[in-house]
Amino acid sequence: MNTFALLEYSAWGLSILLGLWMLVDMFRTDRSYSEDLLTSSREGEIEDASAVDPPQKRGAR
Amino acid sequence: MKVDASSSGERISLLRVLGPGHVWALGVGIVLVGEYMGWNFAVGKGGAIAALIACWFAGLLYTCVAMIDSEVTSSVAAAGGQYAHAKHIVGPLMAFNVGLYLVFAYTMVEAANAITLGHLVQIVGVMAGFEDASDKPFIVLTIVFLAWLNYRGVYTTLTFSLVITAFAFVFICVLFVAVQPWSDAYIKHDQLLTGLPYGWLGVLAALHFGMWFYLGIEGTTQAAEEVRSPARALPLGTMTGIVTLLIASTMTWYICSGLMPWEYLGQSVTPLFDAARLTNSTLLMVLLFIGTIFSALASANCCINDASRAWFSMGRDRYLPQVFGAVHPKYRTPYRAIAFLVPVALVFAYFAPLDRVITFSILSGLLEYTFMALNVILFRRKWPLGSIKRSYVHPFHPWPAVILLVLCSATYVAVFLGYGTQLIAMMVFYIVASLWFALHRYKYVRRGEQFAMPWPRPVGY
Repeated sequence: MNTFALLEYSAWGLSILLGLWMLVDMFRTDRSYSEDLLTSSREGEIEDASAVDPPQKRGAR
Repeated sequence: MKVDASSSGERISLLRVLGPGHVWALGVGIVLVGEYMGWNFAVGKGGAIAALIACWFAGLLYTCVAMIDSEVTSSVAAAGGQYAHAKHIVGPLMAFNVGLYLVFAYTMVEAANAITLGHLVQIVGVMAGFEDASDKPFIVLTIVFLAWLNYRGVYTTLTFSLVITAFAFVFICVLFVAVQPWSDAYIKHDQLLTGLPYGWLGVLAALHFGMWFYLGIEGTTQAAEEVRSPARALPLGTMTGIVTLLIASTMTWYICSGLMPWEYLGQSVTPLFDAARLTNSTLLMVLLFIGTIFSALASANCCINDASRAWFSMGRDRYLPQVFGAVHPKYRTPYRAIAFLVPVALVFAYFAPLDRVITFSILSGLLEYTFMALNVILFRRKWPLGSIKRSYVHPFHPWPAVILLVLCSATYVAVFLGYGTQLIAMMVFYIVASLWFALHRYKYVRRGEQFAMPWPRPVGY
């Protein structure tokens, strides 16, 4: 196996890792929060939004 | 236990963290790759002078686009950009079509950039002696890595774009100074500019690829819900963006047409890199190669940002299934829209030929600009100046809209000359999609709730 083949395998490996990370995080997020909360965003206005944002933490599982 | 909206009384919105610099990066970041490659096919269509005329006409077209966009976006500051404009000003069917134009235009450009990056890495591999080097793993890595970056947060994503776009622009300036435009040491316009080899028909045909100098600047509007001060940042970022591109495109044409004969320039894959090679400077070659990589990376990155915001907005209004209207509670990004568009981009990057992908993108963009001209005329008629708050008012109305319509019509002819079958096939696709929306999907749309702007009734209603 040459150096470039190693690079190619690394690229495949990293792609799979990052893709899996997104899938797992999406699954965990969907399980932790209700659909109503996740889709509660409203269209923006010219003035800064008055939206109350949830705390920057994960919900209890 | 799940965190529930009804129990906590909270809601999630996209994060307002961006400044005018990020808006500039979003606009210029998508486009600058067009200076590094692609624009020069206009030279192949009609010669170097035809490409310059196309550069000026396309520059006028996109200056109109930037001015119109700045005014409408300063009033309709919502994710989805032109989709939201169409929804508020024209109506749902137009909005659905514009949303599709946006998603396809950006996803196709993303795929094209990933193909280009993979190809560049493959060339490096072959030049280093690895004959079996493949581009596929690097195409996939580009799309997945940038999607991951976008998934994790908009601030890091667009700061990354800002840095690499700024470097790519500076590298063009460095090359411009290095070829000493004040002398004839490198630049040989007196010998290389040979008039119009295909006459004025060549100029018309060159318009198709002249768009590459600026295609995508209108994407700045997609950041509307994530900038700290949309009324100031969006017009400022968009207008400085188009000025940057006008400078970059003029320098690019000047350098390349002064170093290479039009017969070669019209077929070059990486014209700016080739120009650097002709200076015999290793430093310039390295800088312009890095610039090519950076510009393609920035473009793909910004495309993911824009396509996902358009898809997200359509999901939020139920023009598409509502699941796509979700915002990540931690990263505050439209995470499902970002993830959903990954396989779409992969399919196009993996299986579709590059020229088809690019043409699909150009045609979607062209349809979008035609809409923008009509949209701003309706906007001024329904909500005249003074009836709603505008932080930017574009001058000389309605002339920018009229000029935009005329230039779009000329460009349709130019595209039809080269890709007539594809133009017709795409129109059929959008007609079928419109029928699906009108006959099936429209019953799910949030008809009242989708109009969130605190505007008075339009004139005449």
